[in-house]
Amino acid sequence: MHATDALNEADRLMTVCNSCRYCEGLCAVFPAMELRRTFTAGDLNYLANLCHSCGACFDDCQFAPPHAFAVNVPQTLASVRAESYRAYAWPRALAGAFDRNGLVIAVVAALSVAAFILGFAALNDPAVLLGAHSGPGAFYRLMPHNAMAALFGAAFLYAIVAMAMGLRAFLRDAGTPGRAAPTGVSLWQAVRDAGRLRYLDGGGVGCVNADERPTDRRRLFHHLTFYGFLLCFAATSVATLYHYLLGRVAPYPWYDVPVLLGSAGGLGLMVGTAGLLAAKWRRRPELRDDARFGMDAAFLAMLFLTAATGMALLVLRATPAMGVLLALHLGVVFALFITMPYGKFVHGLYRFAALVRYAGELGRI
Amino acid sequence: MSAVPEFARRYDTLVVGGGNAALCAAISARRAGASVLVLEGAPRFYRGGNTRHTRNMRCVHDSATAFLTGPYSEEEFWDDLLHVTGGRTDEELARLMIRRSRDMLGWIAEQGVRFQPSLGGTLSLGRTNAFFLGGGRAMLNALYRTAEDLGVVIAYESEVIGLDIADGRFESALVHRDGVRHTVRAATLVAAAGGFEANLEWLKEHWGEPADNFLIRGTPYNRGTVLRMLLDCGVEAVGDPTQCHAVAIDARAPKFDGGIITRLDCVVFGIVVNRDARRFHDEGEDFWPKRYAIWGRLVAAQPDQIAYILFDAKSRDLFMPSLYPPVEAATPGELAERLGLDPAALERTVAEFNAAVRPGTFDHTVLDDCRTEGLSPPKSHWARRLDTPPFYAYPVRPGITFTYLGTRVDGDARMRMADGKPAANMFAAGEIMAGNVLGRGYAAGIGMTIGSVFGRIAGQEAASHARN
Ligand SMILES: Cc1cc2nc3c(=O)[nH]c(=O)nc-3n(C[C@H](O)[C@H](O)[C@H](O)COP(=O)(O)OP(=O)(O)OC[C@H]3O[C@@H](n4cnc5c(N)ncnc54)[C@H](O)[C@@H]3O)c2cc1C
Ligand code: SF4
Ligand code: SF4
Repeated sequence: MHATDALNEADRLMTVCNSCRYCEGLCAVFPAMELRRTFTAGDLNYLANLCHSCGACFDDCQFAPPHAFAVNVPQTLASVRAESYRAYAWPRALAGAFDRNGLVIAVVAALSVAAFILGFAALNDPAVLLGAHSGPGAFYRLMPHNAMAALFGAAFLYAIVAMAMGLRAFLRDAGTPGRAAPTGVSLWQAVRDAGRLRYLDGGGVGCVNADERPTDRRRLFHHLTFYGFLLCFAATSVATLYHYLLGRVAPYPWYDVPVLLGSAGGLGLMVGTAGLLAAKWRRRPELRDDARFGMDAAFLAMLFLTAATGMALLVLRATPAMGVLLALHLGVVFALFITMPYGKFVHGLYRFAALVRYAGELGRI
Repeated sequence: MSAVPEFARRYDTLVVGGGNAALCAAISARRAGASVLVLEGAPRFYRGGNTRHTRNMRCVHDSATAFLTGPYSEEEFWDDLLHVTGGRTDEELARLMIRRSRDMLGWIAEQGVRFQPSLGGTLSLGRTNAFFLGGGRAMLNALYRTAEDLGVVIAYESEVIGLDIADGRFESALVHRDGVRHTVRAATLVAAAGGFEANLEWLKEHWGEPADNFLIRGTPYNRGTVLRMLLDCGVEAVGDPTQCHAVAIDARAPKFDGGIITRLDCVVFGIVVNRDARRFHDEGEDFWPKRYAIWGRLVAAQPDQIAYILFDAKSRDLFMPSLYPPVEAATPGELAERLGLDPAALERTVAEFNAAVRPGTFDHTVLDDCRTEGLSPPKSHWARRLDTPPFYAYPVRPGITFTYLGTRVDGDARMRMADGKPAANMFAAGEIMAGNVLGRGYAAGIGMTIGSVFGRIAGQEAASHARN
């Protein structure tokens, strides 16, 4: 017996699937399952994070409900996956943030935005906050660069530490330690598998979502989101280098690298997250993990808002709206950072770690 | 006129059934220009009968491919078929099927079905059999999508309960749907409604009371109604009604539709005893894949149609896992108590077996030299003492896969009437005519080959008949 119903159900299903194996060629979950005959909670968390929720094994299963064996692998693994985020959260005291995650994220975001607006208003003259600024350093008239860098650096660092601790707990738990220590080869394999979302393709035809016809739309939207996020990250990194190495101060002209990267990334993020959110909305009930809708939606909404406020800032940065928009954008980004370890963001981390382990296991055993 | 719009018009081809044979027939008839209605008795989820439970098909191929490890020639296929049927096959039809199977993998793939290398635990089939990516239901889903895209009309929960046939000519079918009866007309009929394995009364006619203890591995919807009606209307029967593919499956499996996951691959690793705790057959006669399908009949012949596979901790992880955990105990006597057997009798059987085991080098991948001496029945290979606790047991019952009685057909998949004349406009494909090729015995993957090859032929022939 495991600690939760979802784990018990996953254990039952993996026993069914291990006796069947018809889905073996669809994704990484089933070959990893076949290496085991019994399943610890760590094994199940590992398998759950390997699953990309493409839905193929549901439509292909002769034992899916209404069959008495009631096999629904995607839905069960989705619950286990979400529970695993909670189980590995660091510090433990904050694990509860996963319980009503949508609400938690919304509250943190609102508070954070409010804090920036109030902070700007308190520290700046209304004329500065509501005035039009232009030229290098325009942003920093509202908030000094060093203060901004320190605050966001600290928030980012905290997120990294908290997520690293979670990852450590996941790796300790998931799978037999030492059996598949990551090698350069397995890391590279996992980078390639994650980079092209190899297992979100339903074994080749695409994933299923709103109906039984496979499409590749979720994969496309996820690519837009993920690579959009990376581009935004790259934009910030280049800007940081500009600032410290070249002494060039933001805002930059529209044709400069940070703006081009940021605009492309922001657009990708907006289209991608909107697409994913719409797909989530239209997902067939049998494939949905309704209890976790809030968490998924909150994360997508945060990414969308980050991109949208960033884009608005770009377009309106020379107008009097800039001050408020900057506060809005910074508030959202700040909230995104500090909630990263306590929301859907961690799915990427654990899934990647699972892919690394998978590449190691299958290469070595 | 019928109240259900799709039943109102007269079709070129009516296909009865919704499995591999039916869909191959429907698609090929439609591609040949016919208007096609498919009547599937089952609800949408259960569409496709036993095809839902399949995983591979056996086809001739000249060289290794991405998912087949080597070539499989027509001659080799023929030899395998001859071997498993003991010669009880219609050579002309069998050779035709084998020849036509060469194009089948390509044709099936064109209909959207995808393949993969053989599944873990089935390496012995990696050269001869192509495995469906995602299994039989994935295969069916692809065929249904293709059929729908081509404009084949598909009606679920539409059981055919009557056939209007006069002088070997099909006129119309009576369909039961939502409590209402409808008459559906078509120029040609393709019967692809499977065997009668889910019809316990019919099984009892041939097997008697023991049939009550049979488990049906696949769909509850293959009740043989269409086969019965065809035979009653003068179509010539083929195959022995007592012949069926039966394996020993976990006795705890549901009565119907337990599928592949209730099978047990551990007979060769232990001993098998009956209700009286006695052994009754050589468990190590030959490699498991070659003996898999005799154990259903063997168990059916035992009192109460039940048996128990016993093994010990040494063998626990040597075979494919299955759905239910084995019954476990520290001693054979305790195991007997858990199973409701006489402990003294089981202990005696185990002791006798252990005493008869000769020393040898155990290797389950070859016909090894671990055997018994002076024991009846002997265990010819893989005999190891049952001496390492815990001891385990699986209770098993006969699991019926499918039946062999069918309709006689010719090379055009056209039914033949009992008076020797070809039927005017009636064709058959799949399990309902498998007895033409399989008089008895079975080789993995042939069920799908029969369905695909004859389904495709039946569809083409029906379409060209209807359009002339
Ligand atoms: C567990 C299991 C595993 C198997 N694995 C394999 C394998 O790997 N490879 C292989 O080759 N074979 C396998 N077989 C055998 C294989 O399933 C059959 O040979 C094959 O499915 C026969 O195809 P078919 O289209 O003739 O019949 P089915 O697929 O059984 O289809 C018959 C259809 O007719 C419908 N029907 C029945 N009566 C009526 C009626 N009166 N009106 C309307 N519709 C009706 C049923 O609902 C069903 O859809 C397996 C069988 C089982 C049980
Ligand atoms: S999901 Fe269903 S078909 Fe796939 S391996 Fe599991 S039991 Fe078999
Ligand atoms: S990735 Fe797709 S096929 Fe694999 S377990 Fe998840 S839903 Fe099933």
